[in-house]
Amino acid sequence: MRIAAIAVTLRHLLLAWLLAMPALASAAAPRVDQAMLAPLAAGDTQARLDAIAALGAAPGAETVLQALGGDQLYAAPDGRVLISEDGILALDPATGRQESLPPGSEGLSINNRLRRAIEAALATTRLFSDDAAQRLAAARRLQQSGDPSRLPLLDRALAAERNEEVRAALEIAQANLELKSEDAAVRRHAVELLGKTGNAAFRSTLAALTAQRDGAYAEPDPGVREAAAAALRRIDRHLATIEWAGNLFYGASLGSILLLAALGLAITFGLMGVINMAHGELLMIGAYVTYVVQTLFRAWLPGWLDWYVAAALPAAFVVTALVGMALERTVIRWLYGRPLETLLATWGISLILMQAVRSLFGAQNVEVGNPSWMSGGITVLGGLVLSYNRLVIIGFALFVVFLVWVLLNHTRLGLFVRAITQNRRMADCVGVPTGRVDMLAFGLGSGIAGLAGVALSQLGNVGPDLGRGYIVDSFMVVVLGGVGQLAGTVIAALGLGGINKFLEPYAGAVMAKITILALIVLFVQKRPQGLFAPRGRSVE
Amino acid sequence: MKRRLALKQLTAASLLALSGWMPHAHAAEDTIKVGILHSLSGTMAISETSLKDVALMTIDEINAQGGVMGKKLEPVVVDPASNWPLFAEKARQLLSQDKVAVVFGCWTSVSRKSVLPVFKELNGLLFYPVQYEGEELEKNVFYTGAAPNQQAIPAVEYLMSEDGGGAKRFVLLGTDYVYPRTTNKILRAFLHSKGVKDEDIQEVYTPFGHADYQTIVANIKKFATGGKTAVISTINGDSNVPFYKELGNAGLKATDVPVVAFSVGEEELRGVDTKPLVGHLAAWNYFESIKNPANAAFIKKWKDYARAKNLPNASTAVTNDPMEATYIGIHMWKQAVEQAKSTDVDKVIAAMGGQKFNAPDGFTVEMDKTNHHLHKPVYIGEIKPDGQFNIVWKTKGPIRAQPWSPYIPGNEGKQGL
Repeated sequence: MRIAAIAVTLRHLLLAWLLAMPALASAAAPRVDQAMLAPLAAGDTQARLDAIAALGAAPGAETVLQALGGDQLYAAPDGRVLISEDGILALDPATGRQESLPPGSEGLSINNRLRRAIEAALATTRLFSDDAAQRLAAARRLQQSGDPSRLPLLDRALAAERNEEVRAALEIAQANLELKSEDAAVRRHAVELLGKTGNAAFRSTLAALTAQRDGAYAEPDPGVREAAAAALRRIDRHLATIEWAGNLFYGASLGSILLLAALGLAITFGLMGVINMAHGELLMIGAYVTYVVQTLFRAWLPGWLDWYVAAALPAAFVVTALVGMALERTVIRWLYGRPLETLLATWGISLILMQAVRSLFGAQNVEVGNPSWMSGGITVLGGLVLSYNRLVIIGFALFVVFLVWVLLNHTRLGLFVRAITQNRRMADCVGVPTGRVDMLAFGLGSGIAGLAGVALSQLGNVGPDLGRGYIVDSFMVVVLGGVGQLAGTVIAALGLGGINKFLEPYAGAVMAKITILALIVLFVQKRPQGLFAPRGRSVE
Repeated sequence: MKRRLALKQLTAASLLALSGWMPHAHAAEDTIKVGILHSLSGTMAISETSLKDVALMTIDEINAQGGVMGKKLEPVVVDPASNWPLFAEKARQLLSQDKVAVVFGCWTSVSRKSVLPVFKELNGLLFYPVQYEGEELEKNVFYTGAAPNQQAIPAVEYLMSEDGGGAKRFVLLGTDYVYPRTTNKILRAFLHSKGVKDEDIQEVYTPFGHADYQTIVANIKKFATGGKTAVISTINGDSNVPFYKELGNAGLKATDVPVVAFSVGEEELRGVDTKPLVGHLAAWNYFESIKNPANAAFIKKWKDYARAKNLPNASTAVTNDPMEATYIGIHMWKQAVEQAKSTDVDKVIAAMGGQKFNAPDGFTVEMDKTNHHLHKPVYIGEIKPDGQFNIVWKTKGPIRAQPWSPYIPGNEGKQGL
């Protein structure tokens, strides 16, 4: 502990010395005082920008900058600037004294321009942080800076840096600034370094070097131009790879959503032959159950809020399964074998369910938040962001498919369901309780729709109309996959998702949707049975 | 509790039905009927329900102060259910069957276009409270929302300014229908006039209710590698939620690529986790966060009303621009009626020009003498973590509407009625 403290002190001393070295005029960097902070509260935009830049060079200003970026800085009536997290207790950053926030204090508001300046200033202070991760983030932030006056700062940081990863990031930031160097060899080296990153952020700067204006090249040296052109080609190749991988991921993500939405329908429509127009509303109920569970967690278990989704899954399954079974017992079972009447009755039910939800929860959408572990994403290939919520949903979809497969193929209920699908009367004769199995199977299909509703609530809107957007897509997937075929549903969903996402960049979202519909019409003309036609004697 | 609510709604519904069947049953001579034509079900219910409620609140307020010319206002609420042809039918019912003196209603441009012929034929009076694409001027309509030069053009100018980030490239992203298409046509012409080339403008459209913005966000990211980029979003309705969610997850921050939206306000942000959206922008003529006595009174009135009437989610009730425009519209109509001493449509239209009202937006707004549009101030706000807006730019005062955009060829000399 003590050794660490000494090390930190030593490091600070070293730092102060390093900072003092190049600029002898300003022997010691200024500490944060109220005179430095005053322009933040009272000045015009330029004065505020200057103040932020000055804070970036002052030691110990990190907390002030962070507070300004987080809307936690207040201007007291006496002109002082105070930090307050909750608007009650305040801290004077100059003296470090705690006090209560004086009445009449106004929060300092910032705009994007100031926010950018704050990020840059924070990056300069954090370049010498003890935490390697912070140094890395700071170096990455400074890669975007085009301000050559930062070059000496980077040189100092580079001289002090021992971490390989941070060094690499710093070198890139340095190279970006060295593009403006007088020395052609330095420029050339910088261009080559930037090209190696494959980072699209440098594309426009490199492209500017190869551009011609008024007959003269922006870059006088042909060797550097050539290197820039090569670097550009390299970046473009990398971009193409990212785009391709991105489309693949987006397709898988869209496919997994289609799959989840259609899987319940694959059971109720595919296996049981019920045209259930209220399927979309079962999705919607699943999403609303998620909302209710979230509200309950917020009220009673705020510490566990991040795991409300896990609790919402069984709740949504049970609620929608019960709703589904009630529907089956009261309405649908009287209409077996009469598809047109089923269609009309379930359509009516869907309207009733929507209006019921509207009366209970209001016509407005409700807010369902992502748990923190499902927000954000990981960056792969240096530019492609895979968002966590989509990754989780892809995994979840595969899990549900596996579950359904096990249920249908390795349980007694599954055996009965398949028996009834193949020959209802024969199954009845050998003692399968068809009525009960119908109810359970319909409940299973509805319950899976509820699970899908939980997943959908993490991606889009939760409102009474949620189901409307998915009902057509769900039927499309089931019909395309082949009625009564689980594997067909999976392949159709992933295929539709993939085709849609590979078409979209070229044709646009509207045309992609139309093209998909046209393709399906053509396909069903050719193969009315879908991808996997049931074969053999079971076909009735 | 739930049952009582249901009962209340049942009685309300049957009362409504009764009043529809017997138009003169209790419409004694001491009331003036006022039509409210907003979707209470279907996709647009999200936005329009609160406009119906704010209209009812304003009518209550006027009635509590003694009504108009000593007569109480009697609201007639109909539900066109987000169904464009039904809008026309309901408008006809309001005008010819209920004989309302004035109608407050519509949100989407397509619904307005569908009721226009009815209002012209029956010489009715419509107050339209939402910002729109312009290119229209009807004798029977007063537009209390913004024309493009009162919202879209200032927003783009701000994005190009140093404070707004000095954007050089623009993605025009919208839902595929008349409002975004027309607005983007105007914006493209405007950007050309500022020297922005076609290769620096990308126009992207999505269907209504689009939910998968992965490819579009990836494309914006790619487009932004070509230089400082800003996104101008005319996405309408609840598609905004998945768009902003995707934007947040992809790590596209407002400091890198700011998004300015024309159809996103406080009400729309209620359904979104706003933390990743901090710094993205919206342009309107009113924000709830504007500080002045008129606005404080307006917000208090609305919150009290929402609580008293037990509206859904009353605890988080917010005000927004179209609600303010509805409020102004009803009050201005009242003033015009009192000045004309009649509810006759032609006399009221003649009296509307020049009406002034101390609006919650902090100015005394005025109805233009000739072009049926309000003179309105323009505000640009950045989204704050609490779903409100931090105003970063505003005009010095109200500006006059140009319903016929000067950036569309052939519009010269069309400014009057």
